[in-house]
Amino acid sequence: MKIIISNSSNEPIYQQIVRQLKEGILKGHLTAGSALPSIRGLAKELHISVITTKRAYEELEREGFIETAPGRGSFVAVQNRELLRKKGLAIVEEKLAEAVLTAKSLDISCEELSKLLHQLYKEA
Amino acid sequence: MKNILEVKKLRKSFKNFTLNDISFTLPRGYIMGFIGPNGAGKSTTIKLIMNLLKKEGGQINIFGKDHIKHEKEIKNRIGFVYDENHFYEELTLHEMKYIIAPFYKSWSDKLFDKYMKIFKLPANKRIKELSKGMKMKYSLTIALSHDPELLIMDEPTSGLDPIVRSELLDILSDLIQDENKSVFFSTHITSDLDKVADYVTFIHDGSIILSAAKDDILDNYGIVKGGTDLLNEYTQKAFIGIRKNNFGFEGLVDDRDKARNLFKDNIVIDKPSLEDIMLYTVRGNQYAQSNH
Repeated sequence: MKIIISNSSNEPIYQQIVRQLKEGILKGHLTAGSALPSIRGLAKELHISVITTKRAYEELEREGFIETAPGRGSFVAVQNRELLRKKGLAIVEEKLAEAVLTAKSLDISCEELSKLLHQLYKEA
Repeated sequence: MKNILEVKKLRKSFKNFTLNDISFTLPRGYIMGFIGPNGAGKSTTIKLIMNLLKKEGGQINIFGKDHIKHEKEIKNRIGFVYDENHFYEELTLHEMKYIIAPFYKSWSDKLFDKYMKIFKLPANKRIKELSKGMKMKYSLTIALSHDPELLIMDEPTSGLDPIVRSELLDILSDLIQDENKSVFFSTHITSDLDKVADYVTFIHDGSIILSAAKDDILDNYGIVKGGTDLLNEYTQKAFIGIRKNNFGFEGLVDDRDKARNLFKDNIVIDKPSLEDIMLYTVRGNQYAQSNH
């Protein structure tokens, strides 16, 4: 598992953790039932506040990505792959909708937008 | 018992300085940074907590107990690192240990040896031969050898290089792994140590400016930058401190969303550092005055 924290990013640190763990789960790098580092262990490794990692785990738990059992730690929640994919799709849809809205407000055509999308997809 | 340290309306006056009924609490299992400029009252507060100075008013509870009534028991459970050397300079590190160890019920030679090893301290060297960084590490070794539940440090990082500071960071994170211990440290430089701080208490001129979870502070505060044409008597009130230059202004706000609503897209909002918050709060008035 890889978690990279940027201190200069405008994205709050807890969100950086949430995003990267979600990615790991959605892409299947982290499989259902596998153990996550403890809240305090992760804070220690990343040299960040315990409150930050706690907040990240709480958010992941709320969204159903992980489960925490008192005294046993946190695990990737057991979900079916189809559901995970749907969740991922919903996230993508939401972000695309935002991009479309911005494009429309700037008079960028659908054609231009899809061109940009193709290019970005290739580069990523 | 949720809070390991509770300070309520603590008061102390000197000729030229008053600690103004300050209050804050530190929950068990967390690290709190106590920040503020020189002369803000950090050391006074710590000395009052340790009962090295007599308080004039207020209440201090440690482990849920009055810090004077239960002083002996409490001090057995606290590790304290001073900002200056308080050991016998002529003794070796090993000899000094034999003087200090009997004061603590729960002293552990095993822990002492463990930290001596981690910090690579030379047991047979005299204390006066140690560098500043090594003296701090030795103080910390002594403070940790009776397995304290609360570690209090007064300016532990002043004069230390980044490598030693980073080692200290690891030790502090290690310490709170069991969810039972807490760390309280003061500093006037916002150093790497702030990275691991869960809570920040900011003192200025004998008063607490803010005491909150560090994440909440950094999420809400912002450095707003824009053209000076945006500033008028009304909008200026949104700032804690503001600095104008020939090309625009930079100011600190404690509510980013409010600033965004006020100025819309005419401004840039940056994430502040604790240093920014300290600087703008302390110099806020001076900035304002120089603009009149």
